[in-house]
Amino acid sequence: MEISKIAKILDANIIVSNHDSKHKVKYGFASDLMSDVLTLEEEEVILITGLCNIQTIRTAEMANISVILYVRNKQVTDEMIHLAKENDMTIMQCNYSMFRTVGLLHENGLCPVY
Amino acid sequence: MHTEFVVVEGDFSNAGKASSEIKKTLKQLNIDNQKIKKIVVAVYEAEVNAIAHAYGGTIYVDLDHEKISVVIKDVGPGIPDVDMAMQKGFSTASPKVREMGFGAGMGLPNIKNNVDELDIKTQVGVGTEIRMVVNFLS
Repeated sequence: MEISKIAKILDANIIVSNHDSKHKVKYGFASDLMSDVLTLEEEEVILITGLCNIQTIRTAEMANISVILYVRNKQVTDEMIHLAKENDMTIMQCNYSMFRTVGLLHENGLCPVY
Repeated sequence: MHTEFVVVEGDFSNAGKASSEIKKTLKQLNIDNQKIKKIVVAVYEAEVNAIAHAYGGTIYVDLDHEKISVVIKDVGPGIPDVDMAMQKGFSTASPKVREMGFGAGMGLPNIKNNVDELDIKTQVGVGTEIRMVVNFLS
């Protein structure tokens, strides 16, 4: 699913853009537990989380995840933006709940990891 | 190639810096992406553990064309029961660690799943030394 489509479905803001808007992700993984994210073997994943701190960026870096979506109107800090830019990541943010976010993305064709 | 990183107790904002530097070095050396992911995930989990549970420590990295060996040595409370700590779900993490997205008892099992060799030496009241190896050629 293209980043631009995700933004449109969720009325999301793109806070940091390091990909073409047509860049695609294949899988969605929603978690506030970073150790769970670190178990993933799949690539082309968008991390959907309500945990908004520097460790979500670090975790994505280690897990080769380059697109992160923060839900529940969480506000990304300057430190997070700096680290995301350094790692060529795209950061998105939406006001919807985690449940509504993943429901809409799945309904529109984004695949679960498992 | 030998590198060392200092880990500071409670310094969560810098958790992952050593893993990040290791990742950059391995990418420059054109090491296979999956191998890089395995070692950096393992080191990152260990880094978070050292910051969360210990009073500080040092990460020693030795790298050649065949393998990467990483030792995380901390001064800290040690692990009273390593077998229990290796079980998924067992955790002694503080609320602060859980706020950071860790502390669900998955750190050591995650490390074990990602490395080819793992050796844990620990002494209660003294500290813990975790040695992990990922082979590039296997």
